[in-house]
Order: sequence, then structure tokens, then C-alpha cells
Amino acid sequence: MKYLDEFRNSDLVHNAIARLHRITHHPWVIMEICGGQTHSIMQNGLNLLLPEKIELVHGPGCPVCVTSLELVDKALAIAAQPDVIFCSFGDMLRVPGSSGDLFSLRASGSNIKIVYSPMDAVKIAQQNPGKQVVFFAIGFETTAPVNAMSVLQASALKLDNYSILVSQVTVPPAMEAILSSPLNRVQAFLAAGHVCAVMGYHQYFTIAEKYQIPIVVTGFEPLDLVNGILKTVDLLEQGLNKVENAYSRIVTEKGNVAAQNIINTVFKKVDRNWRGIGMIPMSGLGLREEFELFDAEKRFSIAHISTHESEICISGQVLQGSVKPDHCPAFGTICTPENPLGATMVSSEGACSAYFRYANGKDSTS
Amino acid sequence: MCLAVPGKIIEIKNSPGAKMGKVDFGGVSREVCLDAVPEAVIGNYVIVHAGFALNTLSEEEAQATLDAFREIDALDAELGITSE
Repeated sequence: MKYLDEFRNSDLVHNAIARLHRITHHPWVIMEICGGQTHSIMQNGLNLLLPEKIELVHGPGCPVCVTSLELVDKALAIAAQPDVIFCSFGDMLRVPGSSGDLFSLRASGSNIKIVYSPMDAVKIAQQNPGKQVVFFAIGFETTAPVNAMSVLQASALKLDNYSILVSQVTVPPAMEAILSSPLNRVQAFLAAGHVCAVMGYHQYFTIAEKYQIPIVVTGFEPLDLVNGILKTVDLLEQGLNKVENAYSRIVTEKGNVAAQNIINTVFKKVDRNWRGIGMIPMSGLGLREEFELFDAEKRFSIAHISTHESEICISGQVLQGSVKPDHCPAFGTICTPENPLGATMVSSEGACSAYFRYANGKDSTS
Repeated sequence: MCLAVPGKIIEIKNSPGAKMGKVDFGGVSREVCLDAVPEAVIGNYVIVHAGFALNTLSEEEAQATLDAFREIDALDAELGITSE
């Protein structure tokens, strides 16, 4: 496909990796924020080709993984109600709640549909006026515009049977939480290219300055990833704490203002609880008062939920890059994609899932 | 989740409540919301996530990135710098 195949050209990637070996003189710890990048790195075997001195640690950019247990339990409570069609991205179905998951709830008869887009959930609401249609609106800034757009469309269509259960999170506060931790080892970030497609990268200048750290906007194809790592190592070796863009065909400094306007029309900043990490102030988005009608948490009366997290799962440490997935005693034994203890083993962006799928249970990055 | 794929706009239409279009992904087309790319016209490439065009793709920038890699490779070859 055009604009994919060229950035998978093995000769260009091979030569760029050779240059990376030539310019790397010191050991560096680099975090890729986005779980999609983690999967691309492992799927393409880039982790096996990098200089030994470069350690990639995997960040919290997996919305399925960081959606709080309380919200997963709320989703289960709403989806179990009669006359509800609960719509979700497929990854959420196997995420363990305090007891059970959406997948098993569907097997026991609840009406739970996997959709490609929340816009499809709006269509389902139009076609089913006698049912309440709820979309599980998880995601980072990449997904915020389409989740917001579904609310604007439902509002324009005067649909009173569509609502969203919001678990929107944002990247910069998570980066700051990682950098502020006394356990932090991260010396540079590969910023998530598609978050930046929407938000731009102007928001990273203050983080780079405050924490004295380079940040490079990076795409998802092998050549994009190697390009991002090359620019990052170049900055690290020179001691430069700059923000650079290695994904210029998609990302501009100011981002997509039209998409930002759609987000800001519907959402406002709120505190958000991240699964495995805890509460990060002003790290999420919630519906503005004028769109409260579309808030599933307000539309459905849900009894107090008492959450119960697995005592074995260490996904919080994995999400913050402090522990590698295969250093967890449960990895690949009692925790597998078929029988996950935590969301990081479920999601197509979870680091544990990436290690399980592509490294065959072996840590190939160390 | 944050994965997004480039595709070419082949149709634009105004639907109730949203600007929709059809985007071709190497032979497979699907409906995509184009509200965030108001300047996009048929033939433009957009990057699509969950049925929503996040941004237009700059064909000039794509070419410039590839050209830069090819030029450095050519220079390395000229200077006798091998890739091993």
C-alpha cells in the first residue's frame, strides 16, 4: 500500500540501523510511549537489531491497559442490563474486571457488539430506537476526536438512546508522572506519532526543558521507528534536550486544529485514575456539562462498585517501564492472552501481549 | 488502539451531523468521517483511525523523508562506509 510499503523497505531500514550502530557510543534508556510502537518494534524484530547499548522500555500508551478497573466493572454492570446494546473496540472484551469480562458476559446472553468505530455505534442507535446503545469510549488523544464526533453526531440527530462510557486519557501528564518518579530510568522519549497527528508537539517543549530530556515524534513503520531512534540517540549523544519530528508526513508542530476543536467542544480536562498506576491529576477527558445527556455514568444508575484487582499481576510496573513483562513470575505460565491476569496481556498494544506473541516468551531486548 | 492507516479519499458526501467520505486502503474502501480534514479533496491521502481521518498526509514530506534516507545511503556508499 502506498505510504506504507516504502517505509517498510528493508534496505533503507538495514542501512539506517547500521548508522545507528555507528553513532551509538553510550548506553541509553529510551521509552516508546505508545503500545502500538512496542508491537511494531517486536513484530518487525527491530529489538534484535538495535545496538546493545540501547535499551527500549515500553510506556503506558495502551488505553485498554490503563482503563481503570472501576470503569471496566461499570461497563460490565451497564452491559448486563436489559435493553442495552453495549458497543466496544474488540480489545476491551477480554480485559478482566473484578469478576468476569465482557466476553463471558456476551457468552451468557448480553447484547455486546464489537465495532470498528464509535460512528458505527451511532448507526446502531439509529437503527434500534427501543434500545439504549452505549459505547465504551476509551483512548488517548488519537481516539478522542472520533469519540467526541460520535456525541456531536448523536446530538445533531437528536438521538436520546446513545451514550458513552468515557475513559479518555492524555499523554503529557503520564510522561510527567514517569519522569517525576524516583524510580525513573527513562532518558528520552519516542513520542506517539498519531497522538501528535492530532495534538501536535508544541506541548512537549516545556517537558523537554523542565526534565532536560530529548523527545522525538515517531511513527509506526520500521523505517519511521529507526528514524525516531536515530534522531533520539543523536540528540542524547550530543547532550541536546530538544524536541524533534521524525514523522513529518503526518505531524506538524501545531497538530490538527480542527480535530482539537472537536475534542474541546465535547470534552474537558478531568482527573483520571490509571489502572496499575493510580490517579494522575488532569490526565483525562470527561464530557462537558452541555453533553451530560450522553454520559453513560449519569444515564445508568450503577450501584456502588467494590473493585478487586489481581494480587499477582504487576502490570502497573510494566506500564511505567520499571519491569519487563517476562520478569513477571506469572508471565506465560498462569497469565497468557487466553487467560490474562491483567490488561497488558490482552491488548494488541499491551507490552506483555507483545512479548508473548513475538518473543515467544523470551526477553529478546536484554 | 492508536494505529492508523493511510488511505486515499475517493468520495466525499455530507451526511446528517457529519462530513463523511469513502477512503481506499489499497483496494479495500470504507466509510470515514472527514470532519477534521475540512480542506481535504478527492485524491488526497489521509491517516485514518477508527473510521476517522486524523490528518491529511503530506506527500511532499513523505517523499522528502525517503529521499533523505536514500541520499545518506548513497553518500555512505560513495565514502565506502559499509553497513556492517
